[in-house]
Amino acid sequence: MKVLVPVKRVIDFNIKPRVKADGTGVETAGVKMSMNPFDEIAVEEAVRLKEKGIATEVVAVSIGVQQAQDTLRTALAMGADRAILVLTDVAVEPLGVAKTLKALVAKESPDLVILGKQAIDDDMNATGQMLAGLLAWPQGTFASKLDIADGRATVTREVDGGLETVSLALPAIVTADLRLNEPRYASLPNIMKARKKPMETLAPADLGVDVTPRLTVVSVAEPPARKAGIKVDSAADLVARLRKEAKVI
Amino acid sequence: MTEHARETMEFDVVIVGGGPAGLAAAIRLRQLSPDATVCLIEKGSEIGAHILSGAVIEPRALEELLPDWRERGAPLNTPVTEEAMLYLTESRGYAVPMLDRVMPHMRNHGNYIVSLGDVCRWLAAQAEELGVEIYPGFAGAEILEEDGRVVGVATGDMGVGRDGQPGANYAPGMELRARYTLFAEGCRGSLTKRLMAMYNLRKGVDPQTYGLGIKELWEIPKDRHRPGLVQHSFGWPLDDRTYGGAWMYHFGENLVSYGFVVGLDYPNTWLSPFDEMQRLKLHPSFRAYFEGGRRIAYGARALSEGGLQSVPRLTFPGGALVGDAAGFLNVPKIKGTHTAMKSGMLAAEAVAEAMESGKAEPASYTRRVRQSWLWQELRGVRNIRPAFARFGMKGGALYSGIDAMLLRGRAPWTLHHRHADNETLESATVSAPIAYPKPDGKITFDRLSSVFLSATNHEEDQPVHLKVRNPDLWKTVNWDVFRAPESRYCPAAVYEAVDTDTAPRLQINAQNCVHCKTCDIKDPAQNIDWVTPEGAGGPNYPGGM
Repeated sequence: MKVLVPVKRVIDFNIKPRVKADGTGVETAGVKMSMNPFDEIAVEEAVRLKEKGIATEVVAVSIGVQQAQDTLRTALAMGADRAILVLTDVAVEPLGVAKTLKALVAKESPDLVILGKQAIDDDMNATGQMLAGLLAWPQGTFASKLDIADGRATVTREVDGGLETVSLALPAIVTADLRLNEPRYASLPNIMKARKKPMETLAPADLGVDVTPRLTVVSVAEPPARKAGIKVDSAADLVARLRKEAKVI
Repeated sequence: MTEHARETMEFDVVIVGGGPAGLAAAIRLRQLSPDATVCLIEKGSEIGAHILSGAVIEPRALEELLPDWRERGAPLNTPVTEEAMLYLTESRGYAVPMLDRVMPHMRNHGNYIVSLGDVCRWLAAQAEELGVEIYPGFAGAEILEEDGRVVGVATGDMGVGRDGQPGANYAPGMELRARYTLFAEGCRGSLTKRLMAMYNLRKGVDPQTYGLGIKELWEIPKDRHRPGLVQHSFGWPLDDRTYGGAWMYHFGENLVSYGFVVGLDYPNTWLSPFDEMQRLKLHPSFRAYFEGGRRIAYGARALSEGGLQSVPRLTFPGGALVGDAAGFLNVPKIKGTHTAMKSGMLAAEAVAEAMESGKAEPASYTRRVRQSWLWQELRGVRNIRPAFARFGMKGGALYSGIDAMLLRGRAPWTLHHRHADNETLESATVSAPIAYPKPDGKITFDRLSSVFLSATNHEEDQPVHLKVRNPDLWKTVNWDVFRAPESRYCPAAVYEAVDTDTAPRLQINAQNCVHCKTCDIKDPAQNIDWVTPEGAGGPNYPGGM
């Protein structure tokens, strides 16, 4: 069984994003970038499937700029077998990514695609669902547990009311939630070995896909700064302020 | 040490630390010995993540290392165009006249204002192009020694829990074995410190003396930005017995690097370098530049100020010390990048020669240093920093003027550093308390909101990397005598004295640590040992820093 794992290069989760002075977007020049944390969980799950003898090959894929190679190398160091970079300078959107992945699915014929449930930069939470729609494959999103047996994937999903378990016929799409697993470190010996693993580079045009953005960003602003709290003298004062200033009662 | 076997990899040369010295050494090695395998490890999550400097750099060493640095796109984009040295009183600033003659070391013509982190990122790209293997995110945690010779380093284990036991995602460290190992850890390197003890490298030299640099990166309104402006100050808010001063550099796209250095031989236990740095921004000579701007990054790092008198023996069987790990900073120039790079290049030349001849110790490094402009330069300024320690701020300034104008650095005497920085602190009862203004949240800030802007992170579940050797000593020395000076000199709020009314104890918030090493230096009883935390931990200084 082959598993395809798309990974995205995003601003590192430790970094406080800074809005550009002209309000057109978030500053990424000179900012530390890393693999989207939910994608790390997806890679970990795929590698565990391989270690259990369920998956035979794990292919990591990323769509983006040249430096996305580094993100793919991390996936390789974690245990993916090979990597594909679809090289583009365009800031890709979920639909463009889903279309590209659909073309790669046609090329690679995986039995399972595991994605992060969303990327921490744009928080879209759409690519996995769109890919399922485009392929007409079953999907198990927000997975906190995944079992593969007899050509079916059993996915435990984190939903508002609790946990929901669905059974999907393979091939299928799974998107990883936070509690699916705890990703391993890319150890130094494995990072060294990953340098020798194969990495293929394609252009969107090679796959016949148009990734031109369709969304327009109107403006990007930082959230307003939190105001300092105040101390009130009495309960009556509190009630009065809640009524007059906060207008909540 | 661990029951899990460590993997091993062999190289010709392993370099510990991805700053200017380590990267310059790596580049020079591959230039001289294109077949040598060179591996560089860096504890920061990426190259540049732990690099903190002003920085105005002199391109002399870079010119020698990569003469075509301009064509290669080195990020030296803002030449220095204007400079001023101000003497501050509480409300006024006086520019030192004839700066060129009184303080010739401060002449910055031909120098560039840079982000040293960005320069290192660029140097790393050059090194990788030459075939150097660079692995950020891995700390050199252990020295490998066999038969009296250093044979490499081991990286730290990953995934060890707070209790010291391996966790679910435990990954053992790796042994990087090498014919030669260069230690380029920067000021007060944790392995360098052990090497000094193992090989008695400090025998016969003065104690090292240090400074703590605290820096902020600001983005300011365009109409106040004067790219190329370099402004330094001394005097207020420090007293005459405390060495230090501020810098402000305008560079890049409306960026301002602002920072403050305090000599860690300061005597007053109530002094807080962080708060001095904050309140200095309110001085009329600085304030206007910050109004309407926003602070975008923060960090701190100790630096070596001892100069020539404090440089230890540089080599030992199997390796050498380079850069600020050895202490090559030129204090009056306030520059150490060019000297660090030069020392790395000279060590690389010595290692290349030793590889040929098969010698265990790259001993020609010492001779090469002594014959180079690096030694000449440090020799000429050797008396200036100790003069400040001896004669105070005003007397030191006078001495340095005389040294520069009349003696031209050729004084027949050498002033020595008489004390280590941990010996100079005076007790809480003797020291005069200092009242610092409250932060206004616009120009001045508190420690925690500052640490937040250093993007510091450490994996939470890991052993505390600040080892207090004897916990009882904290109460009897640090608290009873000095009233917890670590809570004031630490720029990252790592140390807190809690329950001070009942049973005072020290709380260590190791996760905040920005790896400045000040506690390892200044703790009065030398009771704090800074060791490397899990790799990739620590600050994540952004581009521009």
